[in-house]
Order: sequence, then C-alpha cells, then structure tokens
Amino acid sequence: MAHYPTRLKTRKTYSWVGRPLLDRKLHYQTYREMCVKTEDCSTEINIQVGQFVLIKGDDYENPFVAKLLELFEDDSDPPKKCAQVQWFVRFCEIPVRKQHLLGRKPAAQEIFWYDYPACNSSINAETIIGPVRVILLPPNDVVPTDLKNEKTLFVKLSWNEKKFRPLSPELFAELNKPQEGAAKCQKPVGAKNKSAESPAWTPAEYVAKRIESRHSASKSRQTPTHPVTPRARKRLELAGNSWMSQQASCATLDSPGRTKRKVAFSEITSPSKRSQPDKLQTLSQAPKAPETTRENGLSYTEDDKKASPERCMILRTRIPPLKTIDIRDERTLTPIRGGRRSSVVPSVILKPENIEKRDAKEAETQNEATSTPHRVRRKSSLLTMNRIRRQLRFLGNSKSDQEEKEILPAAEISDSSSEDEEASIPPLPRRTPRTVSRNLQSSLKSSLKTPTKMPKKRPKPRTTPCCATPQIRSRILAAQEPASVLEKARLRLHVSAVPESLPCREQEFQDIYNFVESKLLDHTGGCMYISGVPGTGKTATVHEVIRCLQQAAQANDVPPFHYIEVNGMKLTEPHQVYVQILQKLTGQKATASHAAELLAKRFCTRGSPQDTTVLLVDELDLLWTHKQDVMYNLFDWPTQKKARLVVLAIANTMDLPERIMMNRVSSRLGLTRMSFQPYTYSQLQQILRSRLRHLKAFEDDAIQLVARKVAALSGDARRCLDICRRATEICEFSQQKPNSPGLVTIAHSMEAVDEMFSSSYITAIKNSSILEQGFLRAILAEFHRSGLEEATFQQIYSQHVALCRMEGLPYPTMSETMAVCSRLGSCRLLLVEPSRNDLLLRVRLNVSQDDVLYALKEE
Amino acid sequence: MSSRKSKSNSLIHAECLSQVQRILRERFCHQSPHSNLFGVQVQYKHLSELLKRTAIHGESNSVLIIGPRGSGKNLLINHALRELMEIEEVSENVLQVHLNGLLQINDKIALKEITRQLNLENVVGDKVFGSFAENFSFLLEALKKGDRTSSCPVIFILDEFDLFAHHKNQTLLYNLFDISQSAQTPIAVIGLTCRLDILELLEKRVKSRFSHRQIYLMNSFGFPQYVKIFKEQLSLPAEFPDKLFAEKWNENVQCLSEERSVQEVLQKHFNISKNLRSLHMLLMLSLNRVTASHPFMTAIDLMEASQLCSMDSKANIVHGLSVLEICLIIAMKHLNDIYEEEPFNFQMVYNEFQKFVQRKAHSVYNFEKPVVMKAFEHLQQLELIKPVERTSGNSQREYQLMKLLLDNTQIMNALQKYPNCPTDVRQWATSSLSWL
Repeated sequence: MAHYPTRLKTRKTYSWVGRPLLDRKLHYQTYREMCVKTEDCSTEINIQVGQFVLIKGDDYENPFVAKLLELFEDDSDPPKKCAQVQWFVRFCEIPVRKQHLLGRKPAAQEIFWYDYPACNSSINAETIIGPVRVILLPPNDVVPTDLKNEKTLFVKLSWNEKKFRPLSPELFAELNKPQEGAAKCQKPVGAKNKSAESPAWTPAEYVAKRIESRHSASKSRQTPTHPVTPRARKRLELAGNSWMSQQASCATLDSPGRTKRKVAFSEITSPSKRSQPDKLQTLSQAPKAPETTRENGLSYTEDDKKASPERCMILRTRIPPLKTIDIRDERTLTPIRGGRRSSVVPSVILKPENIEKRDAKEAETQNEATSTPHRVRRKSSLLTMNRIRRQLRFLGNSKSDQEEKEILPAAEISDSSSEDEEASIPPLPRRTPRTVSRNLQSSLKSSLKTPTKMPKKRPKPRTTPCCATPQIRSRILAAQEPASVLEKARLRLHVSAVPESLPCREQEFQDIYNFVESKLLDHTGGCMYISGVPGTGKTATVHEVIRCLQQAAQANDVPPFHYIEVNGMKLTEPHQVYVQILQKLTGQKATASHAAELLAKRFCTRGSPQDTTVLLVDELDLLWTHKQDVMYNLFDWPTQKKARLVVLAIANTMDLPERIMMNRVSSRLGLTRMSFQPYTYSQLQQILRSRLRHLKAFEDDAIQLVARKVAALSGDARRCLDICRRATEICEFSQQKPNSPGLVTIAHSMEAVDEMFSSSYITAIKNSSILEQGFLRAILAEFHRSGLEEATFQQIYSQHVALCRMEGLPYPTMSETMAVCSRLGSCRLLLVEPSRNDLLLRVRLNVSQDDVLYALKEE
Repeated sequence: MSSRKSKSNSLIHAECLSQVQRILRERFCHQSPHSNLFGVQVQYKHLSELLKRTAIHGESNSVLIIGPRGSGKNLLINHALRELMEIEEVSENVLQVHLNGLLQINDKIALKEITRQLNLENVVGDKVFGSFAENFSFLLEALKKGDRTSSCPVIFILDEFDLFAHHKNQTLLYNLFDISQSAQTPIAVIGLTCRLDILELLEKRVKSRFSHRQIYLMNSFGFPQYVKIFKEQLSLPAEFPDKLFAEKWNENVQCLSEERSVQEVLQKHFNISKNLRSLHMLLMLSLNRVTASHPFMTAIDLMEASQLCSMDSKANIVHGLSVLEICLIIAMKHLNDIYEEEPFNFQMVYNEFQKFVQRKAHSVYNFEKPVVMKAFEHLQQLELIKPVERTSGNSQREYQLMKLLLDNTQIMNALQKYPNCPTDVRQWATSSLSWL
C-alpha cells in the first residue's frame, strides 16, 4: 500500500478559504473550500467540497477515504470546523466473515462506496489529511491492478454491510460530476505525492457547487452538530462489537492476569487520544484480529467517562447524514431493488403463489391496472400511495417526522440493521416490521438485543447498568463444530435446528398466510384459532408465515405490520399478557391493569391510522381466568373498527372454545379455525428425510421404523427427531472403530425406540430385593383372597408372614416391612396413603397384576 | 517391658483407629464423588457423553435419571460433573444450576435461585429482585439471548424432579424444556427422581418438549457384587499413613467377607434391601464397636449391628410400658379378637380390664379409673392406639372410638421379652378365656 504523509508529527493548521456562505435557514456558516498548512515547510493544500479526501484513522497505512460533501463551522464556542462526508470503505475494513461475499480477489486499490445509512458521516474537519484521487469505474470495467500511480483508488461496487452491488448509473453520474471539476487540481497533487514523501501541495482555489439538497441541510441544522473525529468513530465501533463480551469479562475480572492486560492496554490506548501516532501501531492491528477485540472492549470502559460525551454527540449527529443518504438511496437505487428482490425469492421455499405471480407481473401492473386481478390492483395502488407519501416527506420537511427521528435514532438504526436487508431499503418512519420503540430507553435496550449481528460501523450507545439487558455470559472457548457425519446429522435432527422449509404443512401454511395477508391488505382485524396436539408444527408454521410476510412487507407487497408474540406458558399470571403486549408494542412498562387500559385505548379509540398488529397467542388455554376477561379482550379488540389487530391463537384442544369459553368469548373468536392433524408416518418420514438431505447417516428402513412407531403412538414430530438423535448416539457408541463412517441401522433405531417408550415397571420389579418381591406377592395374595383391589397394610403383613412361614423363611419384622412398603410407594409401584396411618394405611398396586406376576415369575 | 510395649502399641492403635473411623464415617455419610460407581457403567457413559456434548458442542439436551431411593442418582451426576469439570476446555465454559424440589417449592423461589446461581442479579443493578413476573421475563430474556455457538452452556440439575411437576402450570419445566428444544442458550436439563411414573406427571405440552431420555438406576447387582461392595467400602485406602495397620485392617476385612456368619448377615441384609445406604448403616453401627482394645472388626460386631438394624421399633416401645399399660393393650387385643377388628372406646377397654382384675382379685392391679384413663391417653400419645375420627371437642373421651396399631404377633413377641412380666398377665394374654 502507499504511504501517506500521515505519520508526520508536524502540526497542521486548518483555515477556511473564501467567504462563508450563510444560509438564512441555517444558523451556521458553510464554506466551499479549506486550506491545510503544515507549519514547518509552509506547504498548503486546498481542499474543496466534492473532492475525495483521506481522513485520519487508526490504521496509518490505510487512512479512511471519503467524499467531502460539506464544510461548515458549527455554532459551538469556540467554533469548530466540521465536515459532512460520504464514506468509502477499503476491503480490509469489511468484516472478515463478510469478505467472501465479494466473490473475487479485490484489487489493491479498490474501495467501495459505503452505502450504509447508519454510519455517522459528520467528522471534524481537522482530521482531513489531504485529497486523494478516486476513479469511478463502470460496472463492466476491470479494476486496473498494475497501475504505477499507487495513490489512485478505484470504486466499482457499493457495500451496504450485506452485499456488494454495482454502482447504479444515477449514483455514478452524480459522483463523477464534481470529481471532474476537482480532477484538475488533483492531478498535480498526485504527481507531487509520488515524487516526494513530504507533503508538498500546490495551493489552488476552486469554487465548488454545493450539491447538498436543501432538505438535508435543514436536517443537519435541526440537530446540534458537533464534530467527531473519525478515530472516535472507529474506536466506538470496536467497543460496540465487543460490548457483550466486555460486559462478561468485567464480571470475571478477578483473575489477576486479565486485569494486568487491561492496564497494559489502557496505556496503549490513552495516548491515542492525544493523537501521538507512533505509539499506535499495536492498536491499528486490533480491528482485524477477532481475538483482540475483547481487549478493545476493555479499554472502552477505561476511557468511558471521557468518551461518553462524544458518544452522545454521535448519537445525535448521526441523524442528518442518515437522512440524506436515505434519500439519495431511494432516488438512485430503485432499479436495483427489483432485481434484488427477485434474487431473494428462490431462497424462500414456502413463498405462496400469489407473491410469485405478482413478481412476474410487476412490470405490467404499473400501466395496465385494469387487466390485473383484484388483489394486485390493490397492491399497485398501495405502491403508488407509498411513493406519494415518500415524495411528500421528501419535499416538505414534515416536522413531526424529524422530531420523532431525533428522539430515537438508535432504535431506528438498530431495528433496521437487525432486519435482513432492511438497510438497503428506504427507511420510512415506522417502516420496521418489528415493534418500533418510542422512547429512548427502550431503544437503547433494543439495540443491545442483537450483539452478534452487529454491523460494523455502528457506534454503540452506552447503557447504564439499570437498563442493561440480561445475558448469560458467553463461552470462553468456541463451541466445537460437528466433525463426523453422525454429529452433523445430530445437529440437524435437533428440534431447535430451524429447517429452511416446513414439509407436510403446505396447506396449513397457505391457509394461515392467506388469512393474515388478506387482513393486512384490507386493513382490518380478525381472529384465527389454531389447534393441534403438541409437536405438530403449529407454532413453527405461524413463525414461517410471519417470516414470509415480513419479507413481503419489505418488498412492499403487503403493508408493514407489527408482530408480537406472547406465550401463555411464559406468563406468571394471565393478566400479565397485557404487560407483555404493551411492552412489545410501545416499550412502555405498566402494571397489568394499567396496561389493559392503555391497550384498550389504543385499539378501541379512533386515533391516527396505525400499522396492523399481528398478535400470536401461544398456549391460549392458560389465559383462562374465572371471568375470562383476558380472552374476551384479546378477541374483542380485533372486532373494533380502528384496531387493525390480527390475533392468531394457538392451543392444544380442538374444542377449547366450546369447552372453556363463555358464549360471548367464543362468539368473538369466530369460526376461523384450523386444526393441525398429527403427522402420519409418511409425513414423519418426509420430515426426517428433508432434514437429513445430502447426509448419508441413516438406513432408509431405520427412518421408516422410527416414523411408523411414532405415528402409531402420537404423531409428535419432536419425538421422532429425538429418537433419531438418540439412535445416532447409540450407533456411535456401538461403533468399534472411532473413525469408520457408521450408518444408523434398524437395530440402533429399534434400541432407541425401546429406550424411550418401554415401561420401566417390570425391570424395577425384577431388580427389587427379595423382601420387596415377597411383599408384592403378599399383596397379590391378599387381593386374590379379598377380591378387592385394595388392602390395608395389616392384612398384607399377615399374608406376608404366612407366605414366609410356608416357604420356611425367617419372617421380617413390622418395621422392615413398613420400610419396604414405603420404598415401593416412593417409586410408585404401589400407591399408598401417608404413613401416619401406620397399620391401617391402604395399599393399591400402580401396575397391573399381570405385569407383577410376569415380572415375578421370570426368576 | 512387655506391658509398656503393648501400651505404646495400643496408643498407636488408638491414633490409627480414630483416623480409620474418620475416613470410614466420611465415606458412609457423605456421598463423595470420589467413591467408585458400582454396576452403572453404561448409564454413566450415557450421561457423561450427553454432558460433554452440551459443554463442548453446545447441544441442548434433557434427561431424567430415575431410580429408587439410595440407588446412587446423585452420586452418578456428581461423578459425571466432576469428570466433566476436569476437562480443561470445559471447566471455564459451563455454568451449573442446582435446584432441589424440596427447597424450591414454587417457581418464584426457583427463579430467584436460578438468577442467583447464574450471577445475573448484578446486571439488574440496585433493584435486585422485582416482581415475580418481571423476574420471570428477565430470566427468559437472558436465556433467549444466547445461541448455540457463542453462549456459555448452562447445566440445570433438578433434584426431586417430581416435585417441580407439581408447580402451578409446570411453568418452570415448560420453559426449561422449551429452551432446550429451541435455538437459544444451550442448556442441559437433568432431572433426578425416584418416581417411575414421572412422565405421567408431565403435562402433554411439557412432555412433548422433553426429549424422553431416561437413565434408569435399578440396583441391578447380585449378591457376589454386594459382598465386593462391602469389602471395598470397608477397606482402607492406599494413602493411609500407617501402612502396616492398613495392611492388617484390610486383611481382616478380607477374612471377614469370607466368614460364613458374615455372609449370612450380608445375605439377610441384601434380601431386605439392595439399597447401599442400608449397608452403610450396618457398617457404621459395627464400626462404632471398634475400640483400641478391640481394634479389628469381628463377625459378632456385624451380627449385633444387624440385629440393631432389623429391630422392630414398636416392640421396643412396648418394652418400656408399665404393667397397667400392658394390661390395657392385652385388653384391646382381646376386644379385637372378639369384635373382629372393630374399633373400641375407653369404656370397653376399661370393662375388659375390670373383668380380669375382678377374676384375679389382686389389689395390685386395682387402679382408680382416672389412673387407667391416664395410661390410656399415654398409649394414644405413643401412637399405639389411634382415634378413628378426628377428635372433636364435644365428644366424651371415654367414648371416642379407637383402633390398635399393634399386630397380635407383635404383642406376643413383645410380651415374651418384657422384663418381669407377671405370670397371670402373660397367661391372660395368651387366652382371654384363661380365667374361666
């Protein structure tokens, strides 16, 4: 890589060039050009808006690259020089695990347009090192690799934290325009750079056209903009990535070695704040190595106090750039979006037909709305409506929107980043499919919820301990990945492994999907009752439906909606359901009765039209109360005109509405019912096969045996998977050679089935002591004598003594026999009364008499 | 000279013996995970493999260990956990939560205990424990956060698992099993119970989420192995300081196990119960008879200990009764014979007793009625007799219906051993008609 003159310890002075342009609307002054002077050799570099610049970063080999969008002086005292930039990323800045997405080896000087709205784009102007030459390449061009001029960088693709994409033509044109103007000044600079390592920049003055839209400028005015050094940004992002691990390590800081390391590290980091570049070599490597991010996290606590104001500023200043980039995105990326969506579709297997249909007809729907079917027409009208809404927001600076944004930037960002591909879609306010939290505290929390999926350039809001979310500490050593075929099979057979599709539930999926979709499109509410015995895929199917609908909502095929899930079993008490719904809907915390009021107000009164809420109520029967008010409310709200609430209720019993609900509740539930039948053996077989696809771990007969056995007993898919998992273990265990690829045979699965279903009573009786067996015999004799299925202890004891006399055995004492009786009672071979009844306690058998006889005879 | 030598010898013995007693008592009373496992190799392998998979691969699992009391369920799990923790890559990587159904009697207490053992209470800051509902969602949230590869596996050990099944709605079990069957923090739920019908206690949706792995511990060893266990339990370890003494002691144990009378005692014990705890009890009692003057255990020690073990507790109580009380019990026995186990009241017993006293005309037994009443109440306090119905205030004590909690054979056996029993009383006991 080229060496940039960043290591020089010379001080640089920054001054404005040209008159300030005072926008009447803006309360700060903007400039078009800036002059950078180095003190010792009095060289001057002029940098103007629209140029590509290098910005100081931690890695002195590779400073950050960005395009200067705006130069301004903020209204703080003393005024600071700030700049708005559009970032570019180098290949090495892309997270290692995502680098493979490029699909080829990157050219040495290739950089990527950083298409990620969540990234903070406001910087301190004094961190600018100097201009750089960036050439935009059309998508078909090859990046020249062996260029003599090492300082030239090439842009060909954009990177949005998810995937690489070619630059759209609009973007391309826009980027190139100012570049041409600036190119004149950059040519000599580049040449100078090559000739001498010392910075010798020819002074030049240019007046660049401001390209910022007025809208974005007004946006940035609204928020107090403070300059933030890019280094802080970088450090924060590190801290963000390792926040969780750092939290955990703080808890376990008692080991002396670790504290030592922490101290040592803080010594390294603290000079970096005073920008002494020579000591920073160690730190510069840090972001790449995953091992060291931990320690970076530690340093985060060290300079927490000092850095926190800065961080707060980031939170606020992030908003304007976010908005501007959004808008540009929207304008330029529309053609790409269609293409992207079609590329998503194949990965969704259970995608219902009408979506595909719509996909194919997309082009036609725009112009020939009359010929398209009803639903599609509705959709297209919706699309246009959305477009209009966006336009409106675009032009008029709708105040309420901005204010809302200002309160919860973090929520917006975290939510958008947690959703797949959400970042690439123009984020309308309240567009996120999940619940959008309305106050800052909850938004902080929600941003903490996705520690693993943390995108790279996202500063982490600092949370106070009181609102920190709980977390089991993370493991120190990574979990081992499965090595053998059997281990892989076991991983896939685990119930928790989410399959890419749910076989054998296509019809149910389609029905639920159509139901929810129609409600979403009609902006109405409704209830659906789903029943079925455990392990028939009720919850999994609903989850799948919601997933598909969320994808469809992102593709604008259905209106956006909130999704909330509550589970009766995860509540301590039925009324807590209100608390949970309210919290997931708005982030508020309230007592049960207050939450019920708030929810009733929300759903029943005519407010501003809101997005539809889809509520999944799992284990409905546990919400039963004496007055049934919880169920009543849940099913009453959807009937309200303005509620737009879709309730999907799941329970085990088919006749639950008739059995436990009052008439007025079951009437509101309606007749939209669906029942999941237990899986048949061929369905179970199909499920197992689909999970074990491309894995040769099971014999076909072994799968069939398990499927048939389970189908005959319960039809519970969980059981089926568990048995197969156990069978792989048995197979592994019985293998002689550890490395030979074993195949699960019929014998193995038979053993697993037996293990899970066999009754243990007979083995228990066989393994009991002689006295215990004698006692059981005495019970049988006594039952036989009296003809009843119950006897008192005294009767059995005398019977026992008689039996012992007959066989010439020493007969046991009363205490011993009593001990035997209670022992058998504790394993529930016998059912006994509490032992305070002593001689009079009544005894029954918990096993059939035949079983006892069989077990005793075998000896 | 020789006497001094023997004295010093006995001193050494005394020191050794106190150590022997300490070592063996610890072995009998504490379930140390260091002791050997007997005859459960297959089950042990199953359990330890399962724990390893959770700890190393992050695979969630659930299993029930079922076996009668004293079959070594806790020993097995402790053994497996100890071995697991000895693996270097695991020891730092696993969290354990131990719950006991007898201590955590409802979900609220259980939740607090889980939060405490997971060290999560410091996360909440100053408000350590909010309401039950808050705690619950807090904990669920915490467990939901994790995923297979990155979070630390948690091993939940639920002792007396059947008692958790009686909690309201089985909420705790549902959620634990649900976590173990979904892609959340990897957990292993291990339940220990003695109830064979445990699966019938689980609600159907809880049952569906349980993986149905069951490990049975059934004491499935025979008598030769029992003798081996006896030997092993009594032998001194190799690291005993006085090698000479240990050698002698172990030799003695070996001799004991081959002696016929000892084998008989053990056989009898084995027939009554295969439970190792009862064997420990027997050994403990015989160990207590070992003194400096009697340094090695003999067959007689074991036989006497065995007698102590198999003693009938009620017969012992009867031995301590006064003659009047014995007379009352005999009167009750006769009433039972006459009326075929029908309940009786004080007045009936008193009348029966009066008949005997009048026949014999001995002033010795002629007690006032209140005195007899007192003796009757004492019997009730000893729970040798039991009221048929709950005592109500308004009914008169003399007419309250009672039942005898002693068997005929018990009474006769006790009378034979009763010290200084008057002959006429004994005669009266054998037959209610003897005075005719």
